[in-house]
Amino acid sequence: MEIIFKNVTHSYEANSPLEGLGLDDVSLTIHDKKFTAIVGKTGSGKSTLVRHINALLKPTSGTILVGDREITPETNNKNLKPLRKNVGMVFQFPESQLFEDTVEKDIMFGPMNFGMSEADAKKSAHKMIELVGLGKEYLDKSPFDLSGGQMRRVAIAGVLASEPETIILDEPTAGLDPVGRKEIMDLFKNLQEQGRTIILITHNMDDVANYAEEMVVIHDAKVKAVGKPKDIFNDRSLLTDDILTLPRSAVFAQRLAKKNFSFPQLPITISELTTEIKRQVHGD
Amino acid sequence: MNKLILGRYLPGDSIIYRLDPRGKFLITFYFIGIVFLANNVASYGFLLLFVLFAVYISKINLGFFIKGLRPMLWLILFTVLLQLFFTPSENPLWHWGIFTLSTDGMRIAAYIFIRFVLIIFISTLLTLTTTPIEISDSIESILKPLKVIKFPVTQVALMLSIALRFVPLLIDETTKIMDAQRARGVDFGEGGIMQRIKSFVPILIPLFVSSFSIAYDLAIAMESRGYKDGEGRSKYRVLSWSKRDYMALVVMLLITIILLFIRSY
Ligand SMILES: Nc1ncnc2c1ncn2[C@@H]1O[C@H](COP(=O)(O)OP(=O)(O)OP(=O)(O)O)[C@@H](O)[C@H]1O
Ligand SMILES: [Mg+2]
Repeated sequence: MEIIFKNVTHSYEANSPLEGLGLDDVSLTIHDKKFTAIVGKTGSGKSTLVRHINALLKPTSGTILVGDREITPETNNKNLKPLRKNVGMVFQFPESQLFEDTVEKDIMFGPMNFGMSEADAKKSAHKMIELVGLGKEYLDKSPFDLSGGQMRRVAIAGVLASEPETIILDEPTAGLDPVGRKEIMDLFKNLQEQGRTIILITHNMDDVANYAEEMVVIHDAKVKAVGKPKDIFNDRSLLTDDILTLPRSAVFAQRLAKKNFSFPQLPITISELTTEIKRQVHGD
Repeated sequence: MNKLILGRYLPGDSIIYRLDPRGKFLITFYFIGIVFLANNVASYGFLLLFVLFAVYISKINLGFFIKGLRPMLWLILFTVLLQLFFTPSENPLWHWGIFTLSTDGMRIAAYIFIRFVLIIFISTLLTLTTTPIEISDSIESILKPLKVIKFPVTQVALMLSIALRFVPLLIDETTKIMDAQRARGVDFGEGGIMQRIKSFVPILIPLFVSSFSIAYDLAIAMESRGYKDGEGRSKYRVLSWSKRDYMALVVMLLITIILLFIRSY
């Protein structure tokens, strides 16, 4: 599903002295079956932006098109299930959504709300628990006996179990260990390769460089830039006023540039960096 | 979730903000008491004028006070209608079954309505201009004499300020959990009554779990910073009683005298 924002503005606590702009006239297209990263500093409006896609927030003005479903300020709260089934959302610290007495039941909760039969939901739970890297033996445990990272995986499985076409991830790897974070990111990349649309909010520029095909930079409730990560990380105007930081490989390349190397385009991943260094050292 | 104006602080600055919270707290209760002394058009009018004047010098938009009425709307409507149609009268304007409409009834209904407005406006004024922490500090200070009878004033005050601190925290947490469950297909406020009650389980359990863990963290943090029983601690926020607070008391005294005068007039 293609997702189109048309002049979307959202103000929190509209018509009161505490009014604050969450989004300011945002127009944006998120392409079908692509891996899109959304970046921007704390409080820039990233979470506000993605909450509009499954109508948890409604725009104060403007419209959002999700496939053929239109969300406007007048959209009411009825009949949103089909939309929310298609747009899965993993929140910042999703472990706070766990409540059932076993992991299995908790994973089945979403799919059954969306009308999946108990047998199918169970099947889905068994598949997803393995997919997120926990064994079947976890299914009978209480979610509250797990470690933080394991809870995170269960919560992610609970969202994937409804088989959404579009998956929104709000800093899904915050607080995970490096190996765990790579596993989870690889999982999302795999899901995308199987034909899903992935929208990832992250503060980790290496993840953006390694996984994303498209990138959206949000700054002060506005869209500052949209494009390929490679182009955006090479745009000097964005790097100056602390809107954006660079991936590690690009930072490394900048240092090498001071020592007789030259990079017309900054490499953004480790493999790009090593290829470029080899080329310049061996001169071929 | 954020619609409750009553009980919420609004950052700002005016003479009302600068009054000592203890004075404001006591004056508010005192005023609610003397509202019940009013008994005729002039006395209600006088109190209404005073409250509107207080709102004016607080420099807060009147709209906030009117919004404060909203959560009480049904209660107000119910009471007013009750007075309007059930006040017994010698010469009713209209009579049907158990319903009686009379000028007396209308007058009493109007008084009741104004009484609600007065009480809600003045308490909204207190909470809009006084932070919850200031209120709990005032309660501690007002309760201090009870130490004589071994009442644990400092502990109670600490419990109160922690409880107050938890309110916004729990509201945020509830909103977050509700959003997460909505995204998993829960429809709050749909279906029959059983369905609705059931839809709260996925909120309540995570809410309990996280409040316990926040409370536990807080306890550890306090202990590790050496908190024992709160006795003999000095204060970071010192309340100071100044000339304008005496002025406020004098104003209240004047109001009472004028009110007593108009009342018997
Ligand atoms: N419920 C709310 N009520 C009022 N203002 C809010 C609310 N939620 C967010 N805001 C404000 O809207 C702005 C954008 O917040 P948002 O949560 O979208 O930021 P973010 O980009 O997701 O930040 P982070 O990286 O910290 O998650 C912030 O300035 C914030 O203060
Ligand atoms: Mg966020």
